[in-house]
Amino acid sequence: MRNAMPEQPADVRNKNFQEVALGYTKEMAVDEAQRCLNCPKPRCVGSCPVNIDIPKFIHEVAQENFAEAYKILKQKSTLPAVCGRVCPQENQCEGKCVLGIKGEPVAIGRLERFVADYAREHGLDNDVEAPAERKGKKVAVVGSGPSGLTCAGDLAKMGYDVTMYEALHAAGGVLMYGIPQFRLPKEIVQHEISALKKLGVKIVVDAVIGRTFTIKELMEEEGFSAVYVGTGAGLPHFMQIDGENLNGVYSANEFLTRVNLMKAYEFPNYATPVYVGKKAAIVGAGNVAMDAARTAKRLGAEQVYIVYRRSEEEMPARKEEIGHAKEEGIELRLLNNPVAILGDEKGWVNGLKCIKMELGEADASGRRSPVAIAGSEYVLDVDMVVMAIGQGPNPLIKQTTPDLEVNKRGNIVADEAGATSIAGVFAGGDIVTGAATVISAMGAGKKAAAAIDEYLSK
Amino acid sequence: MAKIITKTNLAPAVYEFVVDAPLVAHKCHPGQFVIIRTDEYSERIPLTIADFDREKGYITLIVQAVGNTTKHLCDTFNEGDDILDVVGPLGHPSEMGKFGTVVVVGGGIGVAPVYPIARAYHELGNKVISIIGARDKDLVIWQDKMAAISDELILTTDNGSAGRKGFVTDPLREMLEAGEKVDLVLAIGPVIMMKNVAATTKPFGVKTTASLNTIMVDGTGMCGGCRVMVGGENKFACVDGPEFDAHEVDFANLVMRQQMYKDQEALEYSCGGHCKCVEE
Ligand SMILES: Cc1cc2nc3c(=O)[nH]c(=O)nc-3n(C[C@H](O)[C@H](O)[C@H](O)COP(=O)(O)OP(=O)(O)OC[C@H]3O[C@@H](n4cnc5c(N)ncnc54)[C@H](O)[C@@H]3O)c2cc1C
Ligand SMILES: Cc1cc2nc3c(=O)[nH]c(=O)nc-3n(C[C@H](O)[C@H](O)[C@H](O)COP(=O)(O)OP(=O)(O)OC[C@H]3O[C@@H](n4cnc5c(N)ncnc54)[C@H](O)[C@@H]3O)c2cc1C
Ligand code: SF4
Ligand code: SF4
Ligand code: FES
Ligand SMILES: [Mg+2]
Repeated sequence: MRNAMPEQPADVRNKNFQEVALGYTKEMAVDEAQRCLNCPKPRCVGSCPVNIDIPKFIHEVAQENFAEAYKILKQKSTLPAVCGRVCPQENQCEGKCVLGIKGEPVAIGRLERFVADYAREHGLDNDVEAPAERKGKKVAVVGSGPSGLTCAGDLAKMGYDVTMYEALHAAGGVLMYGIPQFRLPKEIVQHEISALKKLGVKIVVDAVIGRTFTIKELMEEEGFSAVYVGTGAGLPHFMQIDGENLNGVYSANEFLTRVNLMKAYEFPNYATPVYVGKKAAIVGAGNVAMDAARTAKRLGAEQVYIVYRRSEEEMPARKEEIGHAKEEGIELRLLNNPVAILGDEKGWVNGLKCIKMELGEADASGRRSPVAIAGSEYVLDVDMVVMAIGQGPNPLIKQTTPDLEVNKRGNIVADEAGATSIAGVFAGGDIVTGAATVISAMGAGKKAAAAIDEYLSK
Repeated sequence: MAKIITKTNLAPAVYEFVVDAPLVAHKCHPGQFVIIRTDEYSERIPLTIADFDREKGYITLIVQAVGNTTKHLCDTFNEGDDILDVVGPLGHPSEMGKFGTVVVVGGGIGVAPVYPIARAYHELGNKVISIIGARDKDLVIWQDKMAAISDELILTTDNGSAGRKGFVTDPLREMLEAGEKVDLVLAIGPVIMMKNVAATTKPFGVKTTASLNTIMVDGTGMCGGCRVMVGGENKFACVDGPEFDAHEVDFANLVMRQQMYKDQEALEYSCGGHCKCVEE
């Protein structure tokens, strides 16, 4: 049996912002590690986007060599404490674990988290290896999400002089402004960022590239030999239905930013206000929607609905998050599609008009697409609506970098290694792929760091 | 971190801050703004760049204490203090060119953001007619600075305590009715004023621009909180604006959205509860 994760009880945690999952004890971790078969041809490794040597690190955990386990993790992942918490393991490493065929897979993510937390708590991650040589070249990293952090860290270790520019007042990207404290404590993110600073990475916050500097200016006036663009998918989408500009309607980005980055959950101690209704509808079913729903609940919404036009099977969120949300009292309104937001005479939301859906024929991708049931409209009684239907690329860099090739959706076009249409300009993470995952953004940052090194060594 | 070089009281509850922000000063153009965070507990609020000195690396901010964050800044920040975060320049610069006759309308502290734009119009050889208005003579700011860059300056006050009695729209309407050829009108001030300016110029078909003061958070296009309907389309004021065609703006929606935090704004401590400025 897979070791269960100790958690705060659901009816306690849905009123606080402390971390939900408490982490394995040493005994649990060792016991769980002993379940791994140490497969000679491990299926798990190939399904980790950065190919962590999973059996090897788990073997070290089983032997209680946590420092060694940590070293193995760090060879491939810059942010194991983060990935162990937020990776969609069921689609990645754990999804392919051989033990999962008949029973339950090894809890790879939880072990990864345990090792990283152990290392942090015991100061095993303190010794910073000084780079072998100083390259004497400057590289700029634009955006400080997981992609930028990884690229900056790797380049610094190779001996480059790295400056990271971030538009917001805090580094970390979605890890700081999007993913809530109860799922990913900000102290952990800041710990990773301080490690980068120790490596010599300079972090310039409050610098919007495209406005404060253009990419061209970074290269021609500020002396950077290469630039990595990891600006993420920060542009919130709306449904373009009636009533979206009523008061009480948020994009998930705004709602979560107010709460996480600006700490509105401690209002008025922190001055940023946030509105929370009594009954909230969150539109969408990804991680972002789950985070918004669980945040609204914690801030006092009595009834929180997830409104999604497909069925539970198609919900893109991590399984664990969907489970957590349900335990916390979030109600799923599946096969429901919003058609309009209704408001009162003062301009506040007082209802979400939905139409019921049924699943039709499977489309080319094999997913059964939802079809509206004629005449099934009804009004869901809510006084708050959060749109969590996806994000696109922020157009600022594109607008101010004329030669940079982007695709129809506005994502930067980059090859496997991150090279873009401009020599010396590399890109990766959500700005290239569209909204994806932390680990894939990290993987892209890693590949690009190697490609930048190659480019600058020519 | 940006150090306050000078702080000057311009009118009741209105202060001018000259701030050391070289990265912003180096790049900004008239019409752009910054977002500031006074300290760790602060919200993020937008303020227009009312003037700048590229050489010294300074920008000028004019702040009217209307609520908690602006009061906190005006009441407790002095020369030599640091503002924790100043990010910018944000938004599109004002469109510049030789248009002919430009009427710039500044209401209340709207005069401050109007000033650098009007100066640039003037430098490009436009005829600049400035109409500045306030409720009372004590609230008039930067009249001299505006006069220096205007071909003509008209002052109005609601109560007639200085200039002519009435609203900024009065001389504007007279001018248009008299058949004066006006090529562009720029209005910055309270929403109601911008709305009335737009209504005044519309029948005459004069191109009119307004700089919108929506509620903002990041200022980079990430949150969508600043969205505003322009010509039936949703625009993000921070990245698509802040200036828009005033004849296309849904001002009613803008006014409504500005009220979103009325209840919380009344609750908030001026400093987020972290200084002694409002001991009850
Ligand atoms: C609420 C939420 C929950 C999520 N949950 C999960 C999860 O559980 N598991 C998972 O794997 N993934 C999750 N994701 C997705 C994951 O967070 C992203 O895929 C990942 O963060 C992308 O990393 P990135 O480095 O490409 O960009 P980001 O993390 O978006 O960082 C980009 C950074 O660049 C900055 N920036 C943008 N433009 C500029 C500019 N012009 N100049 C300077 N700086 C700029 C931004 O401010 C930001 O800080 C979630 C996303 C959200 C929003
Ligand atoms: C592009 C732009 C430029 C601006 N330039 C200036 C300027 O040069 N000088 C100046 O004094 N003011 C300026 N403002 C307005 C200024 O940002 C608000 O007065 C300030 O945010 C109010 O905050 P508060 O906490 O003091 O007051 P509150 O009591 O919290 O708010 C008072 C009113 O200000 C508006 N407001 C509240 N929070 C925000 C926010 N985060 N962003 C924008 N508006 C908000 C709301 O309509 C609210 O009802 C500008 C606004 C914008 C959008
Ligand atoms: S990084 Fe993510 S996918 Fe890779 S092993 Fe760790 S949890 Fe699994
Ligand atoms: S597939 Fe499962 S059992 Fe095999 S090495 Fe990977 S984690 Fe261990
Ligand atoms: S202020 Fe957030 S998108 Fe404009
Ligand atoms: Mg306020």
